[in-house]
Amino acid sequence: MILSKKWLLDFVDPGCSDKEFADEMTLSGSKVEAFEVEGGELSNIVTGRIETLERHPDSDHLWVCRVNVGADAPLQIVTGAQNLTVGDVVPVALDNSVVHGGKTIQKGALRGVESCGMLCSLGELGLTAHDFPYAIEDGIFVLGDDCDRTLGIDIRDAIGLNDTATEFEITSNRPDCLSIIGLAREAAATFQVPLKLHAPVVKGSGKDVHDFLSVDILNPERCYRYCGAVVENVRVKPSPRWMRERLRACGVRPINNIVDITNYVMLEYGQPMHAFDLRFLKGNSVIVRTAKDGETITTLDGVERDLTPEMLVIADAEKPVAVAGVMGGEYSGIMDDTNTIVFESACFNGPTTRITAKKLGMRTESSGRFEKELDPASCMPAILRALELVELLDAGDVVNGIIDCDKATHERRTLPFCPDWVNDFIGIDVSPEEQQAILERIDFEVKDGVIYIPTFRNDIEHQADISEEIARFYGYQNIPNRQLSGVANAQHTPAQKLERLISDTLLGCGLSEIATFSFISPKHYDRLRLPQDSALRNSVVISNPLGEDTSVMRTTVLPSMLDVLARNYNNRNEEAKLFEISNAYLPNGPEQLPDEKQTITLGMYGADCDFFTLKGVVEELLYACGVNDYDVEPLKDDPSFHPGRTAIITVDGKVIATLGEAHPVVLRNYDIGVKAYLATIDFDSLLKYGDTDRKYHQLPRYPASNRDLAFVCDADLPVLKIEKLIARAVGETLELIKLFDVYVGSQIPQGKKSVAFNIRMRAADRTLTDEEADAAMQRAIDALADIGISLRS
Amino acid sequence: MMKDQLEAIRAKAKSVLASAQTLQDLDAARVKYLGKKGELTAILKQMGKLSAEERPVIGQLANEIRADIEAHIAADVEAIKEKMLEEKLKSETIDVTMPAKPMPQGHKHPLSIVLDEVKEIFFGMGFNVASGPEVEWDYYNFEALNIPKEHPARDTQDTFYITENMLLRTQTSPCQIRVMEKQKPPIRVIAPGRVYRSDAVDATHSPIFHQIEGLVVDKGITMADLKGNLESFAKSLYGEDTKIRLRPHHFPFTEPSCEIDVSCFNCGGKGCPMCKGEGWIEILGGGMVHPKVLKNCGVDPDVYSGFAFGIGLERLVMFRFNIDDMRLLYENDVRFLNQF
Repeated sequence: MILSKKWLLDFVDPGCSDKEFADEMTLSGSKVEAFEVEGGELSNIVTGRIETLERHPDSDHLWVCRVNVGADAPLQIVTGAQNLTVGDVVPVALDNSVVHGGKTIQKGALRGVESCGMLCSLGELGLTAHDFPYAIEDGIFVLGDDCDRTLGIDIRDAIGLNDTATEFEITSNRPDCLSIIGLAREAAATFQVPLKLHAPVVKGSGKDVHDFLSVDILNPERCYRYCGAVVENVRVKPSPRWMRERLRACGVRPINNIVDITNYVMLEYGQPMHAFDLRFLKGNSVIVRTAKDGETITTLDGVERDLTPEMLVIADAEKPVAVAGVMGGEYSGIMDDTNTIVFESACFNGPTTRITAKKLGMRTESSGRFEKELDPASCMPAILRALELVELLDAGDVVNGIIDCDKATHERRTLPFCPDWVNDFIGIDVSPEEQQAILERIDFEVKDGVIYIPTFRNDIEHQADISEEIARFYGYQNIPNRQLSGVANAQHTPAQKLERLISDTLLGCGLSEIATFSFISPKHYDRLRLPQDSALRNSVVISNPLGEDTSVMRTTVLPSMLDVLARNYNNRNEEAKLFEISNAYLPNGPEQLPDEKQTITLGMYGADCDFFTLKGVVEELLYACGVNDYDVEPLKDDPSFHPGRTAIITVDGKVIATLGEAHPVVLRNYDIGVKAYLATIDFDSLLKYGDTDRKYHQLPRYPASNRDLAFVCDADLPVLKIEKLIARAVGETLELIKLFDVYVGSQIPQGKKSVAFNIRMRAADRTLTDEEADAAMQRAIDALADIGISLRS
Repeated sequence: MMKDQLEAIRAKAKSVLASAQTLQDLDAARVKYLGKKGELTAILKQMGKLSAEERPVIGQLANEIRADIEAHIAADVEAIKEKMLEEKLKSETIDVTMPAKPMPQGHKHPLSIVLDEVKEIFFGMGFNVASGPEVEWDYYNFEALNIPKEHPARDTQDTFYITENMLLRTQTSPCQIRVMEKQKPPIRVIAPGRVYRSDAVDATHSPIFHQIEGLVVDKGITMADLKGNLESFAKSLYGEDTKIRLRPHHFPFTEPSCEIDVSCFNCGGKGCPMCKGEGWIEILGGGMVHPKVLKNCGVDPDVYSGFAFGIGLERLVMFRFNIDDMRLLYENDVRFLNQF
């Protein structure tokens, strides 16, 4: 909502600067986004009269004028405009002046003739022909008799380009403030100055409105009130300057007097108005009703629209002529040959208007207001004001009387007056008298312990709402600051502690954290090579996405990581080592919220990255989380991963992590030109199986026995299997098994490999004898021999 | 004369030692003069020929000369060792201006850096951290928060819907409801998390962003508590000199409601490009929990009151790190991440 200062001054004079006005209004609850002084960038432009006009000696299109700007001697100015005659009063940009757009004008010469300034067009003042309909846009602006043509005065004062436009952000609970009067009321209360309201007076020209029009509301729960009035012999012409000026300051383009009046009243009272051409109202009747199935309407914008029974329409005897509170039909507007018009000032139900506008996909200024629930009481003053303006502007002859179809109760809501409750709730100590005075400043009435709430404040429903009114005029800045009392006992949950631990560990491993969108394109499932029947293709689907790219909630976090790796690869970053702790979303049908599966995703590429780098990070993480008893198994059939370079980590047979090299086709699908490594780790499993409670183990007091053993086994046998057999055979003295060599080549048979282990044994209570160590080794050799693995000779 | 012979050995030995360069030279000298077959030993072997008077005198002299030579050798060994060490160290000199072997840590995402800081501050003030689902029921996101269907306030939060009743939460405020349903007052929680709004991506908008919800419910909670508490937060985040300013606002689930500005941490409130000359920067919204909301959660508004607030994390992060384009936060270019 943009407020014209000139207009505001009709009702209230805050008596302060624009800046103070903006600041104080903001602090009392009407937030000012910005304010702009009209013509603020113009400087040194004055009125001047053309005294002489002669052809330029060296040009066939330039003119040399002598211009009287109120000074002793006239100025010589050269102009290329062709619309001037001697005696015209025009805007003159003097030497060192600034015109619209910030351009500076200086004295100079045009084809050898001195020019002491420039004559200005509308555009050079930041205006259009809408602001001055009698002027042309491609010539010099010749001031009409609606301007002050005193010579040498500031052009802004001469043409009324001297308003201040203050832009307010009005919240949805205060439709009353979407009006000059509403803001004036707030300003009066803020600055504690009187509010001067105006009671419109209509003379009338005879005849009776009932002979022209009948109004019927068939759905009173959706239309609380409908006021109709008739104006005959409409004389369509431009509005006077003062009205154009105010509309312009409020951001509304002036059109003609009738349209301008409806807009003017809407801005002044907050009440949307509509004007119908009576010719097109069949049966001269207005019927407010819900639309019938199959009905259509072509709206003012020329679009034919299907109506449905939940929509409210204004109909004549035959058909809908307007979508109630949203937009008029194509024949309802004012035309050149319009003679008799009907003014509508009505009040429609908020949700109905909102649903209708939404279904038709057209939000208008009018619907945006009605959907916030307007006050039926303002219908009558608004239509009276419109008629008053018709007479003032001589825009037509007002037929006597107004049809008022009023279904509203007009009862003021009440609340008990509880100053103590307000004080306790806000933490202030404001006397009942002061509280009452504040409420009265904003038209609340307090009588016998009861607050009567004005009908335009339907946002006030509860004592808490009253407390806000008190608080904002008492001043939020005057509320004391108090620290919370009572015992503070904040604790992190195990999950929160674990999350921090995971993040710290991965950061320590050199991985950087990323943040990605949780919705993706379903095409990612193809890029990941998921089979058509994969459960992961079943996503939580957004019914109104921004686009296909962000249309489903991811069921796996891999696409997000791959996207980020791809972006880094494409940005020519040599390496990236990344992690994210985030959710995948697994649907549970329409009756249950999806599972939000917290997952740790790792992703990396770069010169020093391979499967075992990734595995190192995963194992470091498992260690940090206290998951010690896990199995690693090859995973050959995940379509997104390399079948020979992927593993799962299981605890008690449950998969808690998958890690591996991305499948080359997946890499190609993401345009990643290097090998990339990915892992996903289930957060809940880490929480379930991890035990971060640590106990000190005494440092060894006796020496260890070390033995190296090399075996020959099938090339595809996982070394982990051999390690486990050795561990079982050695028993509790085993401290460490470390694979230190794998050999495939001419020294050993085809299809076999040699694997060499360093085995460290130690007893806690004595030095192991060689015999004990050798016996343990023999047990290991025997155990392996049992499954055909021989000691390398 | 045996005495002369001894002195001659001493003199010879000393001259040899003086020219010794290496430990080997010294060792050879030691063998030559003091060894079992050395010259001094050879002299001493002739001691039997001496008279009883001469023997102790010569013996003493011989021992003295042996000690003298040994001391010399020892001193020379030390000197040579020192010299050798010096040479070794010299030969080991490296160019310390050459690049380091990197031991890189990862970089925390800027969103996490600031979120952790905020959590830490509130944790210190006794706030637990709660969470709630991102895919949420309309009831929790809107209705229980006093935003019924077709309420115009729904417009300011363009919502992604899954079904008619299921949506992507547009705010972390549903966590207020979920916390109050589970826990009786006193309540002191913050609930950070992702929220979703149907905004196209540009430098200052993202369809996914983060909020940090706060909720305090207890007997006798007032707006003065809200002010005091959030001022403490602002001071912890931006320094002791920080001031806050409350402006009346409207949220359907708080009444009274406010937006809260902090004095500009860049210019201290004098006005600068960062605060657009205002001296204030808006960082959060809040208010007293609407009694209807308390009631919706089974909390008796006649007994309890509370305040709630919501902070936009991206805004804090962008101000903190001088980031002018929100998209950077979600692009995750390592050249960006490595700066934090």
